[in-house]
Amino acid sequence: MTPKSEIENSHTIAVLVDNEPGVLARVIGLFAGRGYNIESLTVAEVAAGENLSRITIVTSGTPMIIEQIKAQLDRLVPVHKVSDLTMDGPAVERELALVKVASSGDKRVESLRIADIFRARVLDSTNDSFVFEIVGDTGKLNAFIELMEPLGLVDVSRTGVVAIARGTGAL
Amino acid sequence: MANEQMNGSEILLKCLVDQDVTEIFGYPGGAVLPIYDAIFNQNALRHILVRQEAGAVHAAEGYARSTGKVGVVLVTSGPGATNVVTGLTDALMDSIPIVCLTGQVPTHLIGNDAFQEADTTGITRPCTKHNYLVKTVDDLARTVHEAFHVARSGRPGPVVVDLPKDVVQAPGVYTPPNKVKLKRYNPQVKGDLKAIKQAVELLAQAKKPVFYCGGGVINSGPAASQLLTQFVRLTGYPCTLTLMGLGAYPASDPQFLGMLGMHGTYEANLAMHDCDVMICVGARFDDRITGKLDEFSPGSKKIHIDIDPSSINKNVRVDVPIIGDVAHVLEDMIKIWKSEQAKPDQKALKAWWKQIDEWRAKDCLKYTQKGDVIKPQYAIQRLYEATKNLEDVFITTEVGQHQMWAAQFYGFEEPNRWMTSGGLGTMGYGLPAAMGVQVAHPDALVIDIAGEASILMNIQEMSTVAQYRLPVKIFILNNEYMGMVRQWQELLYEGRYAESYMESLPDFVKLAESFGAVGLRAEKPGDVDGLIKEMLAIDKAVIADVMIDKTENCFPMIPAGAAHHEMLLGPGDEAEKPTSEDGMVLV
Repeated sequence: MTPKSEIENSHTIAVLVDNEPGVLARVIGLFAGRGYNIESLTVAEVAAGENLSRITIVTSGTPMIIEQIKAQLDRLVPVHKVSDLTMDGPAVERELALVKVASSGDKRVESLRIADIFRARVLDSTNDSFVFEIVGDTGKLNAFIELMEPLGLVDVSRTGVVAIARGTGAL
Repeated sequence: MANEQMNGSEILLKCLVDQDVTEIFGYPGGAVLPIYDAIFNQNALRHILVRQEAGAVHAAEGYARSTGKVGVVLVTSGPGATNVVTGLTDALMDSIPIVCLTGQVPTHLIGNDAFQEADTTGITRPCTKHNYLVKTVDDLARTVHEAFHVARSGRPGPVVVDLPKDVVQAPGVYTPPNKVKLKRYNPQVKGDLKAIKQAVELLAQAKKPVFYCGGGVINSGPAASQLLTQFVRLTGYPCTLTLMGLGAYPASDPQFLGMLGMHGTYEANLAMHDCDVMICVGARFDDRITGKLDEFSPGSKKIHIDIDPSSINKNVRVDVPIIGDVAHVLEDMIKIWKSEQAKPDQKALKAWWKQIDEWRAKDCLKYTQKGDVIKPQYAIQRLYEATKNLEDVFITTEVGQHQMWAAQFYGFEEPNRWMTSGGLGTMGYGLPAAMGVQVAHPDALVIDIAGEASILMNIQEMSTVAQYRLPVKIFILNNEYMGMVRQWQELLYEGRYAESYMESLPDFVKLAESFGAVGLRAEKPGDVDGLIKEMLAIDKAVIADVMIDKTENCFPMIPAGAAHHEMLLGPGDEAEKPTSEDGMVLV
């Protein structure tokens, strides 16, 4: 049996940073330079007046590695706050994907039927294709994309995970 | 005055003056000409012209480490900036506060592959604590002040400020430091009292305790070393120091076990291995210290004081982490130790010291000076004997065998006296570092203990030494080999000495003379004392070329991948303990 300290778990980490040139390169460089995984990364300005951006990183590692990742992020000068949403209580996570399926006949009908089950929206339609918009957690998106595979899947664009803590607390 | 119009270069220099800078190390070039023009027109800052930019950073490091101030470097764009990368990495690894100002092509040319353009912030991002590209003169003063704040606060480190030529030419307004709001980067300096209490309890109950202290004590300031000494003596516990920490605790003190780690003493490493409570003060469980990680000090509870949270639990899991500045934490610790009237188990402590004395009796640093060949250990020991009672002595080193022998045989009683490249292991560090120390302490005795291979890496700085009449003493242990490389090739590669022989060496005596310095040479053990005496009597730069035993190896040694108790004490030990496959991949 793998000891608990050796088990790699996925963590979603939210980082509040100054929106300045190079800040994303600093974060990515830190992960690359120290050999940490990035499963997904999203970034956008969240408080324009204060010039703050929020980065959401999904990463995986042993508890010791995750602790290191947080400490390493926290000591970057433009970083204001680091929060491990996986550890610090319940959080909600969402991801958005645009999924293009090109097919005709039964396959086309079937893709539309599955999209309906997954509550995906049709953003674009031609005689031979659909572009679906689907929102959900990563698992739901994976399942949808997998089902679309045999039905003419040609292109996927995903945002990566954004997450926020449940309840009244803020980063 | 504050609202007076100045250009960017004048604003920059005003920033430096207001940050208490008096000396800067640099090399001019196209992109920094406006700054050099401003330097020409003032007297508050003294500029030291190095001969290659790498030398400027090491000089600033020596300056910073011997004074506790921030070292300042000024270089041009492109090659000027790329040449400082090694020094910046060195300063990052050893936590040395440096502000490095780099020229840059004008903002409208950035990204155009302009002449002498390099992506300096991109290149230096991983080798600095932080870096900046100043895009308008309005941001200049604030950025430079923040750069100094970042460089010196928390765990110190190098900061680069990249300055496009148009920014330093543009007219602007100066903002003094007290008008700049430092909203970000405020590291915690006070330790958590609950954790400190817990640490004191653990320490008081220890039966086999050890203090393991490093460069963080020195970076925390001279008060930290005094507090450490006070606390170690209060407890009666043994204390060992890392290469970076030498001087944080007096070497002559009976509670001092010597340096620990790969070439540390037998007693220090075995005390680390066998202890039941270890208190790590401002050190980082580096691989040179721990040896094989899963056999590192297996039976001990560990306390770790560090100002950088990312140092905690990085390599070794600790039981009581304390985040804070060493001096602050030690002060609280001593207070609590006294108020709780902690009484260590004297019987257990006595047994522990008895055990340590048995290890000490091995006399792991012993060597025999006989015959016609100078042993390197002997040369350093004689240098130490000749200088230990002098008032103001600073030692720098290059990297390799001579560095380890210097660490083993030169005793430091005070902090900030020992400058060596620890984390990065930069050959060529010692001569420019010695220059920086000498600039900061014009009347002190500054000695660079060097190897003949390392010294050639920045030998051009002899010209700087000549220009500023810096009376540095370069004490070369010359074995005509890259000694440490040769040693590893002997121990691990069956004596296949690939490229480690130093062919075609210069005549160091003539080399010294060509730079207006004095060259001396010792070839026999009997020459050593005379050479040292003569060197110390000369009031200018000296290169002392000490011809030593070419095949001497540095012992004791923990082979890479081995644990503390698997230490090799001398040549006789080698055959029995082959290095493991895992160990071979380590360096």
